[in-house]
Amino acid sequence: MYILNEASKKIKVSLFITCLVDILFPQVGVSMVKVLKRLGVEVDFPEEQTCCGQPAFNSGFRQDAKVLAKRFISIFSQDGFIVSPSGSCTSMVRVFYKELFHDDQKMLDVVNILSSRTYEFSEFLVNVLKVDDVGATYNGRVTYHDSCHALRELRVQNEPRKLIKSVKGVDFVEMKFPDTCCGFGGTFSVKFPDVSVSILDEKIESIIESGADTVVSTDMGCLMQIGGAINRKKLPVKTIHIAELLASV
Amino acid sequence: MEDIKVNFEKNSATALKNANLQRALKNAIDQFRNVRGKAVGEFEEWEQLRASARRIKEWTIGQLDEYLEMLEANVIKAGGTVHWASDAKEACEIILDIAKKHNVKSVVKSKSMATEEIELNHSFEGAGIKVVETDLGEYIIQLANERPSHIIAPAIHKTREDISKLFVEKLNTPYYKEPEELTKIAREKLRSEFLNADMGVSGVNFAVAETGTIVVVENEGNARFTTTVPRIHVALMGIEKVIPRFEDLSIFLNVLIRSATGQKMSTYVSFITGPKRNSDLDGPEEFHLVIMDNGRSKILSHEETRESLYCIRCGACIYICPVYKKVGGHSYGWVYPGPIGAIITPQLLGIDKAHELPFASSLCGACKDVCPVKINIPRVLLELRSRVISDRRVGAGFLLRIAVRLWRFTMENKGIYNLASQLSYILQKPWIRHGRLTSLPFPFSRWTKKRDFPAVAKTSFRKQWNEIKDLEG
Repeated sequence: MYILNEASKKIKVSLFITCLVDILFPQVGVSMVKVLKRLGVEVDFPEEQTCCGQPAFNSGFRQDAKVLAKRFISIFSQDGFIVSPSGSCTSMVRVFYKELFHDDQKMLDVVNILSSRTYEFSEFLVNVLKVDDVGATYNGRVTYHDSCHALRELRVQNEPRKLIKSVKGVDFVEMKFPDTCCGFGGTFSVKFPDVSVSILDEKIESIIESGADTVVSTDMGCLMQIGGAINRKKLPVKTIHIAELLASV
Repeated sequence: MEDIKVNFEKNSATALKNANLQRALKNAIDQFRNVRGKAVGEFEEWEQLRASARRIKEWTIGQLDEYLEMLEANVIKAGGTVHWASDAKEACEIILDIAKKHNVKSVVKSKSMATEEIELNHSFEGAGIKVVETDLGEYIIQLANERPSHIIAPAIHKTREDISKLFVEKLNTPYYKEPEELTKIAREKLRSEFLNADMGVSGVNFAVAETGTIVVVENEGNARFTTTVPRIHVALMGIEKVIPRFEDLSIFLNVLIRSATGQKMSTYVSFITGPKRNSDLDGPEEFHLVIMDNGRSKILSHEETRESLYCIRCGACIYICPVYKKVGGHSYGWVYPGPIGAIITPQLLGIDKAHELPFASSLCGACKDVCPVKINIPRVLLELRSRVISDRRVGAGFLLRIAVRLWRFTMENKGIYNLASQLSYILQKPWIRHGRLTSLPFPFSRWTKKRDFPAVAKTSFRKQWNEIKDLEG
C-alpha cells in the first residue's frame, strides 16, 4: 500500500475540472478526487467554474478569452492550490493568462499569483505532495503519450512516468517519439481535419508498434483524439487518463 | 509577388493524397531528426549557446539602423559597393542593372532564400540572361521548374526515383539510380557553367558589421565557386542578417550548422570582405552587397512579433514540425515553409494574403524547443491569429463570430452552461452507436468523418460532486 504523506493532510486543493472533463469525461474528475482524498488532501470544487477561455484565445478571439479569464480568476481567488486534470488547461492559466494580460500590469499581478498556485494533476502529486506511489493496481502494458502543453509549457515529463511505473501490475513501455504531437491542437482538429488525422495516424502506428494495450496521458484532448481513431479502427488499445489509472485498485 | 494568395487547405489536401511525397517526407525527416538530436545532444553548452545567440539577436535587431550603417561603411571600406532595396522589385532592378552594366550573359547562383523571395531567376530570364542554380537541391528544383519546399533541403519532396527520372527527361542522361551517379552528372554540367559565368549571385548567412564581412555556409563548394570565379559577385541579404562582431560567429556558426544539418561544422564557410585585392590570387573584380527590406521593417515595428526577425534560416523548426511532415513545403504557398513560414509569410506578404497560415499549426511547440535563437513561434502564431480575427479584410466570418459569441455567453453563465450540457445529452441520442458518436452532421462531421467522438455524459462531474465530496479517502 501507499504511504500516506502526513504533510499533505492539511493541503487544500480547488479542482479546476475543465469543461471537457465535466461534460464528456466526468469519470476522470471523479478519479482525481478519489486519488487526492486517498492522499488526505482537502478537496473543493468551485461550482461556478466553466471554461478557462483557451479555445477563444487559441482561435484569436482575445477579447472573449479575457472575459472568461477574468471570470475564472474571480472564481479561483480563494487560498490553496488549483489542480487540473489537464496540462493544456493548466498551461492556459499558468502561462497564457500572462500573455493575454501582458499589457495590463494590474491584471498581471493577480495572474502571477494565480499562476504560482496552479498545477497539473501529475506534477502536483509528484512535485508538491512528493508522492510517486499512490497505491494503485492495474494489470496491463502501459505506454505514455506526452501532451504537448504538459511537456513544453509546463515541462512535465518524468512526473507522469514515475507515477505510472509505480502502479502495481503495470508493465511500462515507451512508444517511438512519445513527445510528438497527436494532431489534436484544439480547433486545429476540425479546422484542418485531414492534416490532424494524418498526424494522428502516425501516433497510432507508434502506439501499436510499442505493443501497449493501454495509452495514458495527462490530457483528455489528446486522448479524445487518439481514442477517436482507436475506436474507429477497432484497435485493441484502451485510452485512459492518468487519474483513472491511479484511481484503480 | 502581389498576386500570391496562399490556399493552405487546398494545397495540403493535394499533398496528403500524394503517396510519393508522403514517403519522401517521412524518410528524410525521420533520418534527420536523429542526426540533429546527436549534434545537439553531444554539446553540453547547447542551452547557453542558444541563450547567447538569442541575446545578440535581440540586441542587434533593437538597433538595426546603426549596425546596418556600420556594415555599409565597412563594406565600402573593403572596396565593395552597397545597394539598398526597399522591396523585391527594387532588389531585382538593382541586380539587373549591375548585370546589364557589365554586359553579363550568364549567371551562376548559390543557394539563397532571399533570391527566391524576390524571384530573381524570373527577372534574369526576362532580361535574356542565363541563370543556373548550383546547389544540387536547387539545381534539381530549377530543372523541375518548381519552388524549393524546404529552406535547407529544397528538393526534400522528391524521392531518388523522381530525380533519376527528371535527369533523364531534362538532361538526356541514362537512368541513373545511385545518388553518386546523379551528383556526378550535376557536377559535370555545373563545372562548365561556373567557368563561363560572368556574374555570381549568393545569399548571406551572416553579415558582420564591424568588418564588412559576409559569411556563406555550405557543403558543396558551389557557393565558394560562385563567389570567387565570376568577375562580379552580388550578394543579397535581408536587413536582419547583420550581426555586430566577428567573434559572434563562434556562436552563430555553431547554432546554425548543428540545427541545419546536424553537422559540427559545414564543409565550407566562406568569409568574404570586399572584392579581390591586389595580393589575392582569386576573387571577383567587383563585390556588390544588396541589403533588402521587403516587408521586414514592418515586422520590426510590431513589438509582439519582432522576434520573427531573429530567424537565422536553419530549418530546424521545419524538420521537427508534425504538420510540415504531412503537408510538405509547397502547402505553405510561398518560399518559406513550416512554422517559420507560418509566421513570416503572413507578415511579409500581408496578413490578408496568407490568413490561414497562423492557424495551420497544432501549437505543439516543438518548433520553439529546437529553435537555435529561441523564437517562441507558437506565441507569434497566437498573436497573428488574433490579428487575423480583427483584420477588416479577413476577419472571422459572420457564422464563426456568432458561434464564438454564443459559446462565450454559455460559458459566462453556469445555469446556461448546465442547460447546454443537458441539451447536448438529449440531442445527441439519434447519433449514438455503441456509446459513441460516429457520424455527426456538419460542422461536427469534420471530426467524425475519421474519428469517433465521445458521447456527452449523462451525469456531468458537477452533478456527481455532491455525492463524492464527502467521501472518505
